[in-house]
Amino acid sequence: MKRKILAYPYIFVWLPIFVIVPMLFIAYYAFFDNGHFTLEFVKNLSDSMYWSVIARSAWMAVLATIICLIIGFPVAYMLSNMKKSVATMLSIFYILPMWMNALLRTYAWKVLLADGGLLSSLLGLFGIHAKLLYTQGAVLLGTVYNFLPFMIMPIYTTLMKLDRSHLEAARDLGANGVQTFFKVVLPLSVPGVISGVTMVLVPSMSTFAISKLLGGSNYALLGDLIEQKFMLSSTGYGMGSVLSLILLILVLISTAIMRRVEKDNGTEGGTLW
Amino acid sequence: MENKRLIELVNVTKDYDGDIALENINLYIRDGEFLTLLGPSGCGKTTLLRLIAGFIMPSSGQIIMDGKDLTAIPPYKRRVNTVFQKYALFPHLNVYDNIAFGLNIKKLPKAVIKEKVTEMLAMVNLSGFENRYIEQLSGGQQQRVAIARALVNEPEVLLLDEPLGALDLKLRKGMQIELKRMQQKLGITFVYVTHDQEEALTMSDTIVVMNHGVIQQIGTPVDVYNEPKNQFVAKFIGESNIFPSSVMVRDFLVRINGIEYECVDKGFGNNKAVDVVIRPEDVDFISPDKAKLVGAVKSVLFMGVHYEFTVDCSGVMWKVHSTDYVEPGTVVGIEILPDAIHVMKAQKAEEEVELTEEELMERDLVREDAE
Amino acid sequence: MKTLGKVFKWIYLVLTLVFLYAPIFVLIVFSFTESRTMSKWNGFSLNAYREMLSDAALMDALKVTLIVAVVSAVAATFIGTVAAIGINSMKRRRRMIVENISQLPMVNPDLVTGISLMMLFSFIGLSSKFGYLRLILAHTTFNVPYVMFSVLPKLRQSSNMLYEAAMDLGCKPTKALWKVVIPDIMPGIISGFIMAFTLSLDDFVISWFVADGIQNLSIYIYGLAKRGISTKINAFSALMFVVVVTLLLIVNIRSMREEKYAAAQRKKVAKSN
Repeated sequence: MKRKILAYPYIFVWLPIFVIVPMLFIAYYAFFDNGHFTLEFVKNLSDSMYWSVIARSAWMAVLATIICLIIGFPVAYMLSNMKKSVATMLSIFYILPMWMNALLRTYAWKVLLADGGLLSSLLGLFGIHAKLLYTQGAVLLGTVYNFLPFMIMPIYTTLMKLDRSHLEAARDLGANGVQTFFKVVLPLSVPGVISGVTMVLVPSMSTFAISKLLGGSNYALLGDLIEQKFMLSSTGYGMGSVLSLILLILVLISTAIMRRVEKDNGTEGGTLW
Repeated sequence: MENKRLIELVNVTKDYDGDIALENINLYIRDGEFLTLLGPSGCGKTTLLRLIAGFIMPSSGQIIMDGKDLTAIPPYKRRVNTVFQKYALFPHLNVYDNIAFGLNIKKLPKAVIKEKVTEMLAMVNLSGFENRYIEQLSGGQQQRVAIARALVNEPEVLLLDEPLGALDLKLRKGMQIELKRMQQKLGITFVYVTHDQEEALTMSDTIVVMNHGVIQQIGTPVDVYNEPKNQFVAKFIGESNIFPSSVMVRDFLVRINGIEYECVDKGFGNNKAVDVVIRPEDVDFISPDKAKLVGAVKSVLFMGVHYEFTVDCSGVMWKVHSTDYVEPGTVVGIEILPDAIHVMKAQKAEEEVELTEEELMERDLVREDAE
Repeated sequence: MKTLGKVFKWIYLVLTLVFLYAPIFVLIVFSFTESRTMSKWNGFSLNAYREMLSDAALMDALKVTLIVAVVSAVAATFIGTVAAIGINSMKRRRRMIVENISQLPMVNPDLVTGISLMMLFSFIGLSSKFGYLRLILAHTTFNVPYVMFSVLPKLRQSSNMLYEAAMDLGCKPTKALWKVVIPDIMPGIISGFIMAFTLSLDDFVISWFVADGIQNLSIYIYGLAKRGISTKINAFSALMFVVVVTLLLIVNIRSMREEKYAAAQRKKVAKSN
């Protein structure tokens, strides 16, 4: 009836001003310099420096996502198989860390990984002497650390909603434990996996603080580059906008792939909460 | 006895973007009657109910109540209340506040509300449940709260949308009796939607049989059962043997599958094509040598009260209900008395009503529930 | 064989939890050290806690964070709920379009949202004089979709029947909305509010770009992290963490108890029939 009027202020005022127009600004700065159309910034992309950063960012994001999936799926599966009260309690423990400032936790890794810090001393006991901090591995670890809960929770909620009778039916039809897992549990958990992958992939592609803290200045990612362009000089807006558009395209591609997979699968995704 | 017409629907049509849900409905509801809208799902019965409640507007036509056009009156101004299919009880309110909801909206004095709610709770046997929340009630109790919540507003008409559909058989039978008792006691008009033919036959004063948005027949339960107007009604209500290509030889004589029988129907003309319905319980077994029609029992189903036999009479299957058991394979004679034969106007080929699989399944589901 | 599997399962879960909590543990341990930085353990002391209380900049940042979180969460809850009610009653095609655009702030990398809002604010001349407003508007922008998409599923669940039932009993549409629909979707509104509040508390990236003239905790910490975090920050975050954990545990234990109570009630009801 007339209830849809309630959405009009949001649709016609809020969305345009705070969501659509700001995005147009990025497009504008990417192609206009002082009010004149230019492809200068786009041409700059031919600089190999940019491409190596973009490639590294994409690669790191994919790697972090895969690691999160490998670590996170078993956790979610194990939780979903427990008594409900225990599982609820344990699952809270997996999201609790998110309530401590992410920068601080990342900084704590810096302390742990530093030369003479806890981890390198521990490895030293086994005769391994390696530089831990300010390496690509440190950045990867920081990314996985920060986003692991975002992988676990959607898969967990999807598996929780999974109808136990499906499993019983599979067993009834003669599938053993392993077969049940691969033929029933895994396919049915796809929506959760997709939500998880999206929730990890997108932020790890655009992260900038983690690489700065754990990678030093050596392993700058796309996010760092964009941040520099915008924060260090006002002349960097053009290049920064172009790089932002590249980031957006990467995100769009990955979400499009995810949606495709989800559509083929045809079910609703899990949620973080 | 003939009460005044309380609600009248005149040429009411409802379509959703071209999909016709109701087609040219003409119907009146008498003051104080128990009227049932009966039909398979998708037949438009719920749409019709929602039109009377005012949740939707007719695409064309008029709904008149007490001589006034209701069409443009919003639901909250109609003297009509609804018992919803899944009750639609407010989960955030307790039993008392659910029932008091309508009275609170009317801003009646607290004391009056209390008195009315208490009285209503007693009537639906829920005294002492005031402070329970909805989720703490069983299905039957929720059902009674829903009825109380509607009735406490003293509507002129109570609309019930498959109110007993979610209850198990025993509870449903009990509630049928209780509902009928309440209706008679309060003298309120009930418009009741169901797809359960047994329910409709037990409770109603008037049954409106619907299919595909069209009214098929309006009549008393005895009428629609004994004198179905067409094949659809005959098939939907009760079990039946239907013989579409029969011929009315002359008044009181009909030819079914080549055999002539005496009947009690007349006025169809001579040698006219008709449809014939014979209820399985009206067919009797006699010894084969005395019978016009002979067949072999093909299968037997035990139905509780009676057996259902399928008898093969040279290729034509007859359904017969009998309390006496006959071994499958037995050759039996089939006797049909004149008043067992019901002759209907033949439906033209294009409007031939076959119950769709879904409709049949629905009817059978209801029966399964009942058994 | 079965117990072995169980042991393995628990080892795995404990290891992942160690991974998640190691940095938090380090942070908390170092809040009790004598030294001012986390580089060395200098013996137990509560110095850090004393210093924390006398750090005006830290307390200011805390104030900014809390004010922004409360105001933006309230605003987002209002905007998101009203919009959701309107959107829910729109036709399918249009609804999908609006929902897709609304998702932008969720799908976009924070980095892009932050940059685009920064450009919007400088374009309309919202200067550092409006430091609070800038942060609040930005946080509200990214919070709105989270509220909306936690309310919408509840609206979809809350069958239109409740709304119709209220009108059937004499409510005008607005009253029906207020008396029946809002209470029915309350869990969605509340969880949306909590989500908005915590997202705002935790946000760094967007705040980093739009903050001007004021800083919230994340920005303050990031500023320090580049040089070396003083242990008073450890003390502060340890306190915050303990408070949040306690609150969460209380809420969860309570809801678990309520669940048990409700289950017992249902059993009683089932028996009495």
